[in-house]
Amino acid sequence: MDPRSLHYSPTHEWVSLDGEIATIGVSQFAVEQLTDLITIELPRVGARVTAGKSFGEVESVKAVSDLYAPIDGEVVEVNTAVANDVSLLAADPFGKGWLVKLKVAPGAAMAGLLDHAAYEKKIAEDGGH
Amino acid sequence: MASESSLLRTPLHDWHQAHGGRLVEFAGWSMPVQYTSIVEEHRAVRQRAGLFDVSHMGRLTFDGPSVAEWIDHAATNSVASLTELKIQYSLLCNERGGVVDDILVYRQPFAFLVVCNASNRAAALERFEAARGRYEGNLVDRTRETAMIAIQGPRALEILAPLFDQPLDGVPYYHLTMGRLLGRVNAVISRTGYTGEDGFEAIIGAHSAVDVWQARLEQGTPHGVIPCGLGARDTLRLEAGMPLHGHEISPEIDPFEAGLGWAVKLDKPDFLGKAALVDRGRNPGRTRIGLVLEGKRIAREGAAVFVNGNQAGVVTSGTFSPTLEQALAMAYVPAGTPAEAAIEVDVRGRREPAKRVKLPFYKRTRKSARP
Repeated sequence: MDPRSLHYSPTHEWVSLDGEIATIGVSQFAVEQLTDLITIELPRVGARVTAGKSFGEVESVKAVSDLYAPIDGEVVEVNTAVANDVSLLAADPFGKGWLVKLKVAPGAAMAGLLDHAAYEKKIAEDGGH
Repeated sequence: MASESSLLRTPLHDWHQAHGGRLVEFAGWSMPVQYTSIVEEHRAVRQRAGLFDVSHMGRLTFDGPSVAEWIDHAATNSVASLTELKIQYSLLCNERGGVVDDILVYRQPFAFLVVCNASNRAAALERFEAARGRYEGNLVDRTRETAMIAIQGPRALEILAPLFDQPLDGVPYYHLTMGRLLGRVNAVISRTGYTGEDGFEAIIGAHSAVDVWQARLEQGTPHGVIPCGLGARDTLRLEAGMPLHGHEISPEIDPFEAGLGWAVKLDKPDFLGKAALVDRGRNPGRTRIGLVLEGKRIAREGAAVFVNGNQAGVVTSGTFSPTLEQALAMAYVPAGTPAEAAIEVDVRGRREPAKRVKLPFYKRTRKSARP
């Protein structure tokens, strides 16, 4: 995926929309902030997810972080390779490290999501901790 | 959380900030939790060497005619057995026998030095004042005018020895020596640490901290030394089964429950908490155990522990062990829980099976026998 073509949630998940199928992942910035990933918990195929609500968790040595759905939908595919080996997420968050594919709920909006430029601006502002 | 500007800073704070240290609040101090990765820093210490800024630890000096008796009255271990240049692990307890702090007592030629936890400096001072009575001596808090730098790992001796004007290889574990670093910086160097590896901790004047830190990095670069943060310090001490105050020990937990009864000398004259400790030593309520989780999910502090299906205890620390590549935890269960009892931990709503193991989880292979 080209990070510039994606949309982002303020909680660092990315979305790529192709027709009614949305691919979801987490950003490079988030992976770098988490560091030392150990495990990831992803939903099952058929699970319904709600924008802004947790659909899984990623755990690093330091902490557990929820993964928040950027859009409403139903899980149609789970990246089992990442579920079995979370190092794929650390190595390639915009490619082999994608997490789930959703069938987007009818009428679900991309409202509240940021384009690449807006997301870059946000992490530049948040990043100076 | 306090704002960054109100936090205490060590003399190395600006160095950490300029070199990628991720600064977080810890016990009122702004400290680096990591520079690159906790796992990388952890492995450097196990395999080569790591450098730690531990200047946030409290440093109290005692001098005067009866400070040995004073410290003996305040703390649980026996100062009588602490000969010159030796260091002793000891505890400060409240009147209920709970642990207010765990400390190291250094016996120098004409003075004592106590190293206490950053979070407990005020509480430790209060305990020493409570024990002062008729003892003659001065207690001075030197924390802010000094710095403390640890080097830990199998290469620590090779890196530090060329920078110090006194021999270090003959200094036994839990002993100290005094001399000069870089030919000019007065230092108290102890063979101590909080990682389960060989290593040294140096106490120096605050104004020399950056020079000493940088000299060690330069000297250590061919040996693979890297700066390490509090994140790796925590995973290292956990593998080594070492208690952390506020987790495995607290004012509500007594030394016997924590497995630290060896540092309590009930046969010495009166000391703070003795009456309660005599009683609690006979009636232990719970016991500290080590757990290895079957899965990789971490059982973190506060997770409920189930013994044979019944909720009976709580996790006090948990992490993923970079050395063993397993999720480890320390927990309390009722005293007398059979070794073969089935243990599960509630990890965020899901019960995960765990195996009880003897502490420490990790023990280094020592090159030579030490006392």
